[in-house]
Amino acid sequence: MTTATASAPAEVHAGAPRRNVITRIVDRLGGGAVQVVMVLLGLFWLVPTLGLMVVSLRSPAVNGAEGWWTVFTKPAELTIENYKNLLASGFTSSFWNTVFITVPTTVLVIGIAAMAAYAFAWMDFPGRDLSFLIVVGLLIVPIQIALIPVAIFYGGVGIFGTIPGVVLFHVAFGLPFAIFLLRNFFVGIPASLLEAARMDGASEVKIFVRVVFPLGKPAIASLGIFQFLWVWNDMLIALVFADTDNQPMTKALQSQMRQFGSNVDILSSGAFLSLIIPLVLFFAFQRYFVQGMMAGSVK
Amino acid sequence: MTEKVDGPKAPREDDTSRGPASGPAETPRTQRRLGPSPTVAIAFLLPAALLLGIWVVYPIVYSIFRSLFDATGSGFVGLGNYATIFTDSGMLTTIRNNLIWVVVAPIVVTTLGLIFAVLTERIKWATAFKLIVFMPMAVSLMAAGVIFRLVYDEDPGKGVANAILTTVHDTFSSSQGYPDARPREGDQSGVVADKGAIVTKQPVQSGQPVLIPIVGIKPNIMPSAAQPAKAAPPGNALSGTVWFDFTPGGGGKNGTPDATEKGLPGMTVEAVKDGQVAGTATTADDGSFRFDGLAAGSYVVRLPQSNFEASYHGLTWLGPTLITPAIIGAFVWVWAGFAMVLIAAGLAAIPRDSLEAARIDGATEWQVFRRITVPLLSPVLLVVFVTMIINTLKVFDLVFIIAPPSVQPQSNVVALEMWRVSFGGGNNQGLGSALAIFLLILVLPFMIMNIRRFRREDT
Repeated sequence: MTTATASAPAEVHAGAPRRNVITRIVDRLGGGAVQVVMVLLGLFWLVPTLGLMVVSLRSPAVNGAEGWWTVFTKPAELTIENYKNLLASGFTSSFWNTVFITVPTTVLVIGIAAMAAYAFAWMDFPGRDLSFLIVVGLLIVPIQIALIPVAIFYGGVGIFGTIPGVVLFHVAFGLPFAIFLLRNFFVGIPASLLEAARMDGASEVKIFVRVVFPLGKPAIASLGIFQFLWVWNDMLIALVFADTDNQPMTKALQSQMRQFGSNVDILSSGAFLSLIIPLVLFFAFQRYFVQGMMAGSVK
Repeated sequence: MTEKVDGPKAPREDDTSRGPASGPAETPRTQRRLGPSPTVAIAFLLPAALLLGIWVVYPIVYSIFRSLFDATGSGFVGLGNYATIFTDSGMLTTIRNNLIWVVVAPIVVTTLGLIFAVLTERIKWATAFKLIVFMPMAVSLMAAGVIFRLVYDEDPGKGVANAILTTVHDTFSSSQGYPDARPREGDQSGVVADKGAIVTKQPVQSGQPVLIPIVGIKPNIMPSAAQPAKAAPPGNALSGTVWFDFTPGGGGKNGTPDATEKGLPGMTVEAVKDGQVAGTATTADDGSFRFDGLAAGSYVVRLPQSNFEASYHGLTWLGPTLITPAIIGAFVWVWAGFAMVLIAAGLAAIPRDSLEAARIDGATEWQVFRRITVPLLSPVLLVVFVTMIINTLKVFDLVFIIAPPSVQPQSNVVALEMWRVSFGGGNNQGLGSALAIFLLILVLPFMIMNIRRFRREDT
């Protein structure tokens, strides 16, 4: 696991067996070949992104004339000209649209899902188990199912094309996973803690804010990073529900795709810019990212 | 199984029943039910219920009805839209593509994930490797699409996929590639075509430059590096010149390298004695070649057939035939890390004792893997596999971005067609709704599977 080894050294020892001599010899012999294969595979996974980065840092003329790998012999050709042009072309506004869509969505999903998850985990009400099973069922509903009905609904209430419309759509489709993840975490909170708080006469709101939310931090962090990346990287919802003034980066770039050949400078720098923040978040919070992924898929 | 590896991240059967601070004694489930009144619960649930009701549940019901009406929504067509899905030839291509996706992609991703997970246990830099392979998960599919448009560029000078293919190809058969070239034959010429190759009529000896005049080279094939042809400098070695015996604008003497005539670089030249290749040389930019270190004697000089095959330019990744496999390649690049991390976690949870016991009993590594590791991993493998099936059914962005407009019909998938039909110019919301319902029906078995598994594990 990516993070377990980094974050919990104890686990490494638990997993590493005492190996007998024969296995060790076999490991040594096979080790060289495995190393080479793994280096090649690692390159295979690294090279495409590296290519995008180099292309984004070279002028259209240079990109048209030669492959990006020639950068190793001609590093002087690197330039940030593409990025300057990109920012001058109004890409900044789509960057901020992405932020204005992603941040409220993430906050809303966490808040609304945490409330529901707390109710599912620690409150009694008729039909609780059945309604939670419905949430589990909704986990994998394809987004396509809602595009047409919600578009008509938005047209009726006048929020078609706006950022609130995009945000609400994202929140709704983020909820099943969020409720599922948090509910499964909240049921693990020791009952004694909640009972003690209830005995002391604390209101449910107070228990939620003071006890459940703080204890749920690890799961909330996982959910937050997951939700953030999901919304930041979305294209389909933006394509349908965000008009040109409110479009996030993904849609802005998509509109340039038709002339791929002549737009490589804008596309490469835009695509690279759009993936910097996800990558930084990923490297900073990969532990939570992996946890969220595990909890979400291993049901 | 669960006690072996302790940590919140390992997938465990009882993962759902534990929290970060689970006390020594788990309180029985029934006691939790002594909570507040249902009214409070409903207040906590209300925002989520409203959002899910309006944005998810109601649209499902609406789409079912809408799919029974025509494009404008005024005429009832019954199951007509569904009939279109299964009869229209473009739609059938779309469904065929989805089928290819569902059959190929999950198997490839799961297999690669398993291989990576097993191999990372054997390297010291496993964390770095996992980060690299896992990284595409954080990247938007839009950006991944742009990345792979660049990778799949048909020009081997720009697209890394074809650059690798041509490099590998040229390593095994070096060929500059002069298709349709032939010798200038005739009495005054010393060379003749022979079974696709070009050979000297008479055996030649060193000190006697070999002239090999070639005609039939199209201007676009002429390498830009070619220099005016020069006779090889006299010397002891067997040498000569391969050149394009054609003077632009007319004139020039056949069979002789004139001043404006250019040499043919990169031509493979063989010195043959008694049917055996005794030496190989490659022509320089001016077309001259020289065999160094060749024993004295008479040789037949031959330009092998490989010189006259069209040079290899790689594959047309983004053409109509390869587009779906190419996009599946990008999908695998994105999702292999997910599979690897999940399977590696499952691998870490396997009790080492049983592996050790099998090894001590004399089982080979392969037997241990095949008979113990894989069966113990099967729950995780199933989860990865099913997740990938769902993802392939929903695949949209990658196809939309990677397939150039001209091959969109050949690479189409249901999720993309739904968008195209309803919003991307088709403007047929009846058919669009039918496609959305079709997609929902495709994921329905997995939905039921999730619910059943959850019920089993939560009680």
